[in-house]
Amino acid sequence: MKSLRKYLDRIKPNFESGGKLHAFRSVFDGFETFLFTPRSTSASGVHIHDSIDSKRTMIIVVLALLPCFFFGMYNTGYQHWLAAGETQFPFWELVLYGFLAVLPKLVVAYAVGLGIEFIVAQWRNEEIQEGFLVSGILIPLICPIETPVWMIAIATAFSVIFAKEVFGGTGFNIFNPALITRAFLFFAYPAQMSGDNVFVATGPVLGVGHQVADGFTGATPLGQVATCTGGDLSVTGITGNPISTWDAFIGLIPGSFGETSTLCILIGAAILLVSGIASWRVMLSVFAGGALMAWLANTCQTPVYPASMLSPIDQLMLGGFAFAAVFMATDPVTGARTNTGKYIYGFMIGVMAILIRTYNTGYPEGAMLAILLMNAFAPLIDYCVVQSNIRRRMRRAKVKA
Amino acid sequence: MSIKITLKRGLDINLKGEASKTLSEVIKTQRYAIIPDDYPGFTPKSDVKEGDTVLSGSPVMHDKTHEDMKLVSPVAGTVESVIRGERRKIERIVISADNSGKALTHKPGIPQSRENAVQLLLASGLWAMMRQRPYDIVPSPGKVPRDIFITAFDSAPLAPDYEFILAGKRTELEAGVKVLSLLTDGRVYIGTRPGSQFSGISGAETAEFNGPHPAGNAGIQAANIAPVNKGDTVWTLDAITLARIGTLALTGEVPMETTVAITGSEVKKRHYLRTFIGAEIAPMINGNITESGCHRRIISGNVLTGTKLDTDGFLRYPYRHITIIPEGDDIAEFMGWASPGINKMSVSRSFIGHFLRHKKFAPDARILGSRRAMIMSGEYDKVLPMDIMAEYLLKAIISRDIDKMESLGIYEIAPEDMALCEYVDTSKLEIQKIVRDGLDFLRKELE
Repeated sequence: MKSLRKYLDRIKPNFESGGKLHAFRSVFDGFETFLFTPRSTSASGVHIHDSIDSKRTMIIVVLALLPCFFFGMYNTGYQHWLAAGETQFPFWELVLYGFLAVLPKLVVAYAVGLGIEFIVAQWRNEEIQEGFLVSGILIPLICPIETPVWMIAIATAFSVIFAKEVFGGTGFNIFNPALITRAFLFFAYPAQMSGDNVFVATGPVLGVGHQVADGFTGATPLGQVATCTGGDLSVTGITGNPISTWDAFIGLIPGSFGETSTLCILIGAAILLVSGIASWRVMLSVFAGGALMAWLANTCQTPVYPASMLSPIDQLMLGGFAFAAVFMATDPVTGARTNTGKYIYGFMIGVMAILIRTYNTGYPEGAMLAILLMNAFAPLIDYCVVQSNIRRRMRRAKVKA
Repeated sequence: MSIKITLKRGLDINLKGEASKTLSEVIKTQRYAIIPDDYPGFTPKSDVKEGDTVLSGSPVMHDKTHEDMKLVSPVAGTVESVIRGERRKIERIVISADNSGKALTHKPGIPQSRENAVQLLLASGLWAMMRQRPYDIVPSPGKVPRDIFITAFDSAPLAPDYEFILAGKRTELEAGVKVLSLLTDGRVYIGTRPGSQFSGISGAETAEFNGPHPAGNAGIQAANIAPVNKGDTVWTLDAITLARIGTLALTGEVPMETTVAITGSEVKKRHYLRTFIGAEIAPMINGNITESGCHRRIISGNVLTGTKLDTDGFLRYPYRHITIIPEGDDIAEFMGWASPGINKMSVSRSFIGHFLRHKKFAPDARILGSRRAMIMSGEYDKVLPMDIMAEYLLKAIISRDIDKMESLGIYEIAPEDMALCEYVDTSKLEIQKIVRDGLDFLRKELE
């Protein structure tokens, strides 16, 4: 490590003001602080600082996402093998297939997003911010596996520029960039992004996998629910076998790449809660709101809205609800920032997600829209909480303002 | 009936290098400095020139607006230099001691009227050792405080133990309370730890505080006893200053001796020593620093609110604590963010070090990250035991929104109260500086 440190110290002058590589100062700085904890010491103020910094924070979130990511690789392969009519499921081949299928999306999301962040950081003369480390892995996780790579590139660019950088970068954005990417895809390319054919990979990747016969359909459980007619609600896997709650919990069902396994999401949730990085208030209240709304819908079930016939447990486990509750709603920047606000914010997300999912058959999944909606309302919720603090103080004062 | 308050929020930082309770002889150094920057709100005008002879307790500076308010020489000697900075503002006045021990004395006896008490404190220089809220400045003599809050313990990391420093000073403390009672129409509160020797000092209301730092900050105690509202003025001071006021009233002499805790992981012999206010620190620390060869940071005060010194520095207000820790700018730590963190001190449970409750850490002065916009929420609230929404107050200060600052409670706070917020901040913002600038801005706008 010493030689690396020496090498960095040697090339550093090139990037400083007047150096020939000054245009890449932000990039160098980004890599230097990535490799070595900055040596800068406090000039004034506190003389010691807590070890936590935004790099550590972001990396913990990425770590929490990894179980979902690995499971997504396996499940992608598994669904593909199922679709091809196979009965043998060689583990490593399945994982390899999933890996090859998702790799281009991951690389493209990071390359486009970080590329824009690097350019903006250089342009604004700032350091590179870590926020996109999380967004970059979230994007492939919440997209269907068959999303074309070019769409991911465009959507990522759109969200990083218009949802984040125009507001001032990480910490200033109003909407969650990963969800804006997903929403952009959903609304800009509805034909390619919904329906029955995007959630299961159907072609071989680099010679791994099979060519699935044309005419194959692999609808997600919620897709099936949304299009279900009559009173007979049966959700099936792509081979036609019914999907049990256990399947939905483990996650061997069609769906967006990383969202299917409630088990892996719970592992991620455990990492986030034990490390204290994510707010338990938000997470808990999203599930509470969702469960309450699902129970209400289920109590007043009607064949007109087939999703109302799903049990509350299934509602929480199917689709992107759990994933959104654990990884999206807990984004501290776009969510409510006051403790009381967090309860309200989370609860409303849970309610809205199930509400949209159940009573608006145009959208089989409501979690994304619910969070984006509540992102917009989070400042208002906080405003009310802060006002109550202000009112308390004003009541105490003898001199009126 | 005494007040008992348990504070839940806050943080005790476990550091290596606590001072053992042994007191050395008085260390007499050659040079002493009075630094007006230690007294926010005090605009210095010099009363002496280089070469003048001064006594212990004789004035060397006065305030521009309140000419009676003095800063005094801690020892008898001659004025070695008057050092001025930008726009000829006095940076410090250095006194060279002659060890004659000659002192300027005042009339002994507890003053009988408020006016006499004010004059005594202003002339003795002890007035400037108190602080006023709002604005965390030296109290303005024209204002009568609603209440006076005295803290009888320091809860900061490695802080000196008042029970040790002030042992046997109860008479002085009680005299001090008598003087202060003349100054306020309200009450004099003394905030103590449960079971303290300072409980039940007559004339004052005792408030017992349980809980972690910043429970020992007078401002935090005030906020939990009777918050500072808009239009209120309260004063805060520590029990050491109270004892000085008492000694002054009883003897007529301005007590300039001070007990200093020498602490920190880079100190060999950690102990208490006696010297005088404003002493140069070199004689106190020479030969007492570990031989590890790393860069070091010398702090006058504690690691949260102290002032960084060079080896030729002087003891700074409040003159009771020196901490020496590694500087850390000579450490190359590879991928520190990925470390499991057994040796990392943190409030975040993402480091193993967090779970080692009894481990004492030896942190260095690195920022351990880079400055960012506010990302994480609710971090400050966990370490600020006041009814204040710290994040929103800081945003109001940064945007210079006077109405919001007022309504979010800027009058209640001092930078030191938010030092822990700065310590835990993931985004590494300079919170104490933000608050100090905000208070100065507000005072300029409103006065």
